[in-house]
Amino acid sequence: MPVQDYNDQKLWQRRTGRESLFHWVLWLTGVAIFAYCWQQISDATTWFFVWDAPRIANDIWTRATPPKWEYFTQLGKPIWDTLNIATLGTIIALVLAVPVAFAAARNTTPSRFLVRPIALLIIVATRSINSLIWALLLIAIIGPGVFAGVVAIAIRSIGFCAKLLYEAIEEIDETQVEAITATGASRWQIMAYGIVPQILPAFAGIAVFRWDINIRESTVLGLVGAGGIGLQLSSSLNVLAWPQVSLILLVILLAVVISEWVSAKVRGAII
Amino acid sequence: MLRLEKLVKTYKTGDQALKAVDLEIPEGQVLALIGPSGAGKSTLIRCINRLVEPTSGKVYLAGTELTGLSAGALRKERRRMGMIFQEYALVERLTVMENVLSGRLGYVGFWRSFLRKFPQSDVDEAFRLLDRVGLAHMADKRADELSGGQRQRVGICRALIQNPALLLVDEPTASLDPKTSRQIMRLICELCKERGLAAIINIHDVALAQMFVQRVIGLRFGAVEFDGPPDGLTPDVLTTIYGEEDWEATIEKVDDEEIDDTIEAAQ
Repeated sequence: MPVQDYNDQKLWQRRTGRESLFHWVLWLTGVAIFAYCWQQISDATTWFFVWDAPRIANDIWTRATPPKWEYFTQLGKPIWDTLNIATLGTIIALVLAVPVAFAAARNTTPSRFLVRPIALLIIVATRSINSLIWALLLIAIIGPGVFAGVVAIAIRSIGFCAKLLYEAIEEIDETQVEAITATGASRWQIMAYGIVPQILPAFAGIAVFRWDINIRESTVLGLVGAGGIGLQLSSSLNVLAWPQVSLILLVILLAVVISEWVSAKVRGAII
Repeated sequence: MLRLEKLVKTYKTGDQALKAVDLEIPEGQVLALIGPSGAGKSTLIRCINRLVEPTSGKVYLAGTELTGLSAGALRKERRRMGMIFQEYALVERLTVMENVLSGRLGYVGFWRSFLRKFPQSDVDEAFRLLDRVGLAHMADKRADELSGGQRQRVGICRALIQNPALLLVDEPTASLDPKTSRQIMRLICELCKERGLAAIINIHDVALAQMFVQRVIGLRFGAVEFDGPPDGLTPDVLTTIYGEEDWEATIEKVDDEEIDDTIEAAQ
């Protein structure tokens, strides 16, 4: 009881004595766990390599600079592949995510006990596995190359897009839907007039946001052989061609900055 | 025209919103439904077009029984019942024209409505209605750019373009200022008279109801407590509907001429 009577005055405190003790113990336990973990990690670390790190980093830096600018001519195609993987993957993911989102949203699902759990399972399953792992699996199934990358990006993005979209669907203003229903509109007309206009800004935002993420994800897909600029990166790393590596990193940085700029512009225009 | 027989609505929570309501509304009668919050006014009008499914009882609209209809048949009957909402319930991101034309969805197939290819007769009617409520110049504006009174006028157009026989009106003035409230009530009642429509108007403002309607129903705890002309709303009656309060000061006759003047000035 935070209010106490004391000399005819009512004293108010945020917590009772017992509560503040409990909080104090909680904090103490937290700090103790942190200290213990720190100790464990420290014991498991070979500190020699860590102390050595600045020298090695400096060594790689001198090997990697200046970047091998003439290598740039060979990067045009891979970076174009990377862009295509991201864009196509996003489009495919969006097409597949829309029905999943409508099936998963409480207010639009055809059946709460059958369809909705399946839709939620699709969302969780596709979201929980990283696109790099999807790519590894898909390369084994459909062989290495850009197509595997596109499919990996698409699968990984379904859950992400569907989840954000179904949350947007659940947050719509139901009275607008009610008003359209009251006109005698059919199920699909209610969707087209009552729901779609309300979620369109969210949809556009999700699409651009995911495209932006996918550009970044697709740059590494080549590391496992799924096409794009990551392929060049891994082969350059394998032969210790550090000037090439530094140029590739610069190109990736440039691509990401441009995609960031584009998505910011698009989002600003739509919302 | 509309007849309710022993209409009951019990919500899943066990709340009995309507207790065997019987009601008959003749052709062209405008009726106000008053009562305290939670009396079941909204539930009553939503049970008529089955936005809320009644638990038991019958609803007859011009001889057709509505509570037993299949989904398809219900959609056909809903076209005969225009609905106007408290918070306007326009689709905010669509234009005024699209909102008005959405009243025709029950008559137009999916692809035509999806591609916004409404029949020219519908478009003509939409322009006529917008002109009638003084919003013809707003047809291309997005609904969220309009003021409250303007939005409610669009809502009225959307209900009327359905070519209904009955208007279900849920608190049309609750979000509007007193002057706009009077203008909107006047517009609804005028349009009902022009087109010979019956209407059920849920309303909190008793004085406003008295000014415009021919008949008042008082609802309390889901049961009809009063059914009579607006003059019959004495302080005693209001006490049985709403509970104890000093009613003398609040049910004074509003000066009609003064309101006519303000409306003319506004136009």
